[in-house]
Amino acid sequence: MDDNILEMRHITKTFPGVAALQDVSLAVRRGEIHAICGENGAGKSTLMKVLSGVYPSGSFDGEILFDGEPVHFRGIRDSEDHGIVIIHQELALVPYLSIAENIFLGNERRGRSGLIDWNRTNADAAALLASVGLQENAVTPVVQLGVGKQQLVEIAKALSKKVRLLILDEPTAALNDIDSAHLLDLMRRLREQGITCIMISHKLNEITAVADSTTVLRDGRTVERLDMGSGEVTQERIIRGMVGRDLDSFYPDRVSTPGDEVLRIEDWSVRHPTQDRLVVDGASLDVRAGEVVGIAGLMGAGRTELAMSVFGRSYGRDVTGRLFMHGREIKARSVAEAIDNGIAYATEDRKRFGLNLIEDIRRNVSSAALRKLARFGWVHDNEEIKVAETSRRDMNIKAPSVMSLVGKLSGGNQQKVVLSKWLFTDPDVLILDEPTRGIDVGAKFEIYTIVNRLVAEGKAVIIISSELPELLGMCDRIYTLSAGRITGVLPVGEATQEKLMELMAKDKEVVG
Amino acid sequence: MTSTKPSSAAEKPTESAPAAALHVGTSDPRTLILNNLRQSGIFVALVVIVALFAFLTEGLLLSPGNITNIVLQYSYILVLAIGMVIVIIGGHIDLSVGSVVALTGAVSAVVVIRQGQPWWVGVLAAIAVGLAVGAWHGFWVAYVGIPAFIVTLAGMLLFRGLTLRVLDNISLSPFPTEYNQIAAGFLNGLIGGDGYDAFTLLIGALAVAGYMVSCFRTRVARIRYQQPVESFALFVARMVLVGAVVMYFAWQLAHARGLPIVLIILAVLVLVYGLLTRRTVFGRQVYAIGGNLSAAMLSGVKVRTVNFWIFVNMGFLAGVAGVIFSSRSNGAQPGAGNMFELDAIAAAFIGGAAVTGGVGTVVGAMVGGLIMAVMSNGMQLMGVDLSMQWVVKGLVLLVAVAFDVYNKRRAGASR
Repeated sequence: MDDNILEMRHITKTFPGVAALQDVSLAVRRGEIHAICGENGAGKSTLMKVLSGVYPSGSFDGEILFDGEPVHFRGIRDSEDHGIVIIHQELALVPYLSIAENIFLGNERRGRSGLIDWNRTNADAAALLASVGLQENAVTPVVQLGVGKQQLVEIAKALSKKVRLLILDEPTAALNDIDSAHLLDLMRRLREQGITCIMISHKLNEITAVADSTTVLRDGRTVERLDMGSGEVTQERIIRGMVGRDLDSFYPDRVSTPGDEVLRIEDWSVRHPTQDRLVVDGASLDVRAGEVVGIAGLMGAGRTELAMSVFGRSYGRDVTGRLFMHGREIKARSVAEAIDNGIAYATEDRKRFGLNLIEDIRRNVSSAALRKLARFGWVHDNEEIKVAETSRRDMNIKAPSVMSLVGKLSGGNQQKVVLSKWLFTDPDVLILDEPTRGIDVGAKFEIYTIVNRLVAEGKAVIIISSELPELLGMCDRIYTLSAGRITGVLPVGEATQEKLMELMAKDKEVVG
Repeated sequence: MTSTKPSSAAEKPTESAPAAALHVGTSDPRTLILNNLRQSGIFVALVVIVALFAFLTEGLLLSPGNITNIVLQYSYILVLAIGMVIVIIGGHIDLSVGSVVALTGAVSAVVVIRQGQPWWVGVLAAIAVGLAVGAWHGFWVAYVGIPAFIVTLAGMLLFRGLTLRVLDNISLSPFPTEYNQIAAGFLNGLIGGDGYDAFTLLIGALAVAGYMVSCFRTRVARIRYQQPVESFALFVARMVLVGAVVMYFAWQLAHARGLPIVLIILAVLVLVYGLLTRRTVFGRQVYAIGGNLSAAMLSGVKVRTVNFWIFVNMGFLAGVAGVIFSSRSNGAQPGAGNMFELDAIAAAFIGGAAVTGGVGTVVGAMVGGLIMAVMSNGMQLMGVDLSMQWVVKGLVLLVAVAFDVYNKRRAGASR
């Protein structure tokens, strides 16, 4: 009989309009490393938020057994009291506090007077650092450490809370090979100490290397649980579980007639704005008029960074490489120049980067090409209304009037406003970053239809998406990106989810 | 004009104008009123406060002489508030304007009084200094990326220090009569009148007519572009109300000393900046930056340039306010303009500007400034102790912003 430290049974969690988790079950044996796999959006993070109490007991259906006892967490504090600690992909350390202060933040070592006992704090911290194999002084500010070492500080912090179940969300996504190997070693050592680990990862080679068992999620459901002990489960086997679904007739048909080349980049490299590493490394790609080109890549592969750096260098530093529009080399050094050259970029996070939520549809639609409505700096506001009205009709934006605040629209309608805004700049190439994220099915179909219409009009479209079926359904060609490098390009006729996934997971190999 | 989009079955061939107007678009009066609650709420607050103090001072508040007084006494705060609301819409703050008012006034006084230059040289010098100060702030905020709070806090000390330096720590006065006329002069008697100034009434009437024509044209255009507009009755009511208030105001002025020159300056500034914020690319970009900086940047807005000019403009208006204040006080003092920035900031916030930027109007800031002005003036007339005046003003500011925050939370919750 299995000795399970954790059992999550029949978990169902719905958000308005979307079922994020449906009847998901997860069983984790005591003292094992348990991997959770799935595509972006499969429900991994939601499941962990349910477990850690971010979504409090009662906001979902199903039950959680910890140590055989039913538990009802009302918040992270509750789950931590039981020894369940989650380390998120974005580390939650305070940069200018010392390692020791970070480890005991919210859990301070106090003397009898109630004041912080610094000697004990630093001594305890040093002991924890030794146990995770981090050779740093406990009073060093965290900001001076690299990402790999910060990750170890997070783990030390978890250990200080008497952790029994440690959840690592994409722990190696931002690490280099050496740091990753070190982290995997540490996980094995923790296992020997009897600490159970759940690891969410896209890196299948790491999963096959350290995990004792793997649960695969797909579309908010548990697909299967694989026992890795036998050593027979291969990466291909996991991929099959992750993607095993059919392309339905969810994508509107389109006749593809690519014309002349519109945009081409050659040997494009971009450095991280603050860290010394290349986020995009020698990427080359092109897109033609009347063509939809996809960019597939896992989280952190550099898809958005590539797009934003092309779009007027709005990301990164030390951008090198050549950019051509219609065969002519251009220098788009600012967003305004990029727009003038016919490039448009709709961001993946429309609320934070795409829209002014406290303004109305009218002002948002005109905001990227206000000059077209102005003479001598003077905006013709009735024409502006007309433009917005036209967009509202063409894009079928559901709002009482163009004076409606964008913040009050649904995700799908907001995305239509973003598209309207960029179409008003009359671009030659549209880069759509996760164009259907957080949008319901009906609106997705509408967005796809709009994209097809634009392509039929001779525009070039680049779609960046985490949803492989979307890319397979919409694109003519698909590039794969891994660790900042283009690892392959497949015509859609030859592409399958398995092939793409393999190319996306390809690490540190250059494909000619 | 035939509608290409018949939207409801209520469309009948014979329609009166009001019905047709209501019919365009889909918004009912209730949503219109709710949507405009923040704007109209401020007007209502002003009316209530005026009525309250008119009652408490037994009508003294609205006497011709006192109305003239309010205009003269608070004009420079209102000028500052115009610049300040633009700064705040852009998501910044300017703590230095009081010191800049002092510095520009001091420079003007040195040029005119000590060096004996003509009055207009003083005016130009003050405005030039204001522009330079604005460019200084703009440089640090826009191009170096220091938060405006810090830059202008430094400016507050810096320019106060320079004021003392320029004035050698003593007051300079008096200005020649021409300079003094800027803030203390009146236009009157130009076309006669018996016991009242007909010119003032004429200007008032022209202003009302201009306002009505412009509103009517906007309305016609909106209807032509099939946009929702308020019902015709509401529109007429608004016209009549505004017209009555302005004419009453002009009537009172006409029975005192006529049309203050400062009021003309102020009216021109409000008109120009009202259009600048609503109708120009620059104005739109200020709202865009304050509303969502990242989105503005990714829409090709040259954020640095816009931020720079926001502060240059604030400097310009501080220069204008410096001229008006030095003219009114007929000299320059080292301590001039103390705490003006707080009055200007309060005016903008009471007038509906959002603490987080992206929201606010010039007209709102003017009404906010007038609320502060009427309260101060009313309390002075009542002989309320200065200490209590500050307490009341502080509370009003707090409540106004709390109302704003509450509104926003409610708007967020209704999603």
